[in-house]
Amino acid sequence: MNAPDDTTQPVASVERVTVRYGTQLALSDVAADFSTGAVGLLGPNGAGKSTLLKVLLGFVTPTSGRMQVLGLDVAERPLDIRARLGYMPESDGHIPDMNAVSFVAYCGQLAGLPESDAMQRAHEVLYYVGLGEARYRNIETYSTGMKQRIKLAQALVHDPDLLFLDEPTNGMDPKGRDEMLELVVDLATRKGVNLILSSHLLPDVESTCARVVVMHQGAIATQGSIAELKERRRQVFEIRIKGDRETFVQALHGIGVECHDAEDDLLRVFINDDQGPRDLFAVATDHEIQVRHLRPSVPTLEDVFAEAIGEE
Amino acid sequence: MPIHDQSYRRYAGQREAPGAAWLVIARTGIKAALSKRLFLWVMLGAWGQFFVRSVVFYLSANFPSMDILAPSVQTFRQFFEIQWIFVFFVTVYVGSGLVANDRRSNALQIYLSKPLTRVEYVAGKLGVLVFFLLGVTLLPALALLLVQIMFSASLSFVVENLFLLPAITLYALVQVLLAAFTILALSSLSNSARYAGILYAGMVLFSNAVFRVLQGFTSSTELAWLSFQANQDQVGDVIFRLPTRFESPWFMSALMILVVIGLSAWVLERRVRGVEVMT
Repeated sequence: MNAPDDTTQPVASVERVTVRYGTQLALSDVAADFSTGAVGLLGPNGAGKSTLLKVLLGFVTPTSGRMQVLGLDVAERPLDIRARLGYMPESDGHIPDMNAVSFVAYCGQLAGLPESDAMQRAHEVLYYVGLGEARYRNIETYSTGMKQRIKLAQALVHDPDLLFLDEPTNGMDPKGRDEMLELVVDLATRKGVNLILSSHLLPDVESTCARVVVMHQGAIATQGSIAELKERRRQVFEIRIKGDRETFVQALHGIGVECHDAEDDLLRVFINDDQGPRDLFAVATDHEIQVRHLRPSVPTLEDVFAEAIGEE
Repeated sequence: MPIHDQSYRRYAGQREAPGAAWLVIARTGIKAALSKRLFLWVMLGAWGQFFVRSVVFYLSANFPSMDILAPSVQTFRQFFEIQWIFVFFVTVYVGSGLVANDRRSNALQIYLSKPLTRVEYVAGKLGVLVFFLLGVTLLPALALLLVQIMFSASLSFVVENLFLLPAITLYALVQVLLAAFTILALSSLSNSARYAGILYAGMVLFSNAVFRVLQGFTSSTELAWLSFQANQDQVGDVIFRLPTRFESPWFMSALMILVVIGLSAWVLERRVRGVEVMT
């Protein structure tokens, strides 16, 4: 069982999907395509990322709109979709009073694998996610990082064509986080598993995904290839000044230049094609501000994200 | 060359079509319950009455002086009345945590992300309860009927009471489905198995206490339909073609049983979801 051969065909797509929880608008007219490979679903907490995944899983019925996963309509064939889909939820989840291998094998059986195959796959998958030595321990005794791995294992046991990973590195230490991201990259690049990685952590998405869908306040802010989105940015400079920062930023806005705060008192300044560093110096001179540091930079995913959600 | 490939491999084996997951849930739940020693003792205790009555059947069949102990329809009706206590214990012991524990450990989102419907999930959980409850009601009652035939070496009792076999089956199903749906609904209302068990016990005992208090005031049993237990007794009497024990109409009790089962199904429909929406 493999994903459609046509790699131009999105593995999941949503068309004008709106979701309301009572009077609360959770998703507003969302339209997005998730292509093959690894796609990041990026956005601040509360942006609607988890809701979008739950809509695609069929947990939440949208007020309006259409969705397709792996070429199948979510409203019409949810079971066929879920048979080919693995879901790693954000919150901890397990079956009580089970050790890891029983739990993962049980999940395999629920997904339609015969008992013996499910048990064999459970052992293999637990080794793959790094829980081979702890597979006979009760899951309730696992650390947070181990619980993240077991959630990945249960999502993988039936060999899905598409994985939904909801904040997979939450609560993990730096080493565990790196290992989890390596697994994600391995799955997407070498094992042929398509995945949607939902995260509010830009480095996680940037290190694993080629494409991104950015969400903000229940809507799609931007989407596309990360490389292309970065290229769309104008020239970027890092600048450090001495003087009234607020006045300088206001003055730059006045000539159509966008600024974002960065680390170490730096400002990331995005100038238009018809502008150059001279314009920055001119503004600084006009407002009696010293430029202490000016260096060309490259656009990052953070810049794309900040622009998409309109963050200063 | 590695001795064992510990990397991820795609699966090319066979897959079951969706629709059989409830059996997996039921089978796993049954195995989990059977792994508990205390529960095995409860189940063994539930068969105690069967063994005692088997001895009585043997004596009445083989010793004419013991003819007074010969089985009747009443015998089987009483058998169910006594088994009620085991139905209660098994229901609380097995049923109270069936959904509550899954809610506590966020397992519902795991279950429902697999190719199974909410109905299948509930059917699997019901399957666990129905299996054990039939094991303490229908199974020993049918075994008792078989023992009667074997010891008397005659089918005359069964032939004279042809309705007994369907009556035993129907009443066992009424008892089992009522208990199973009720405890499952209560279990879905809480994240604590203990709380669900207390709720069930409270519901059974409190409804009966209310009925008995009102009976004391009114000197009548017309309000028997208020009691969870009295409803089963009343319907049971009708099923076994015996005079009803309460003054309230039997169809009122039957209606109450259907209402409780329907209400439980509605609660389950509302509570068993992959995502809990708070508005």
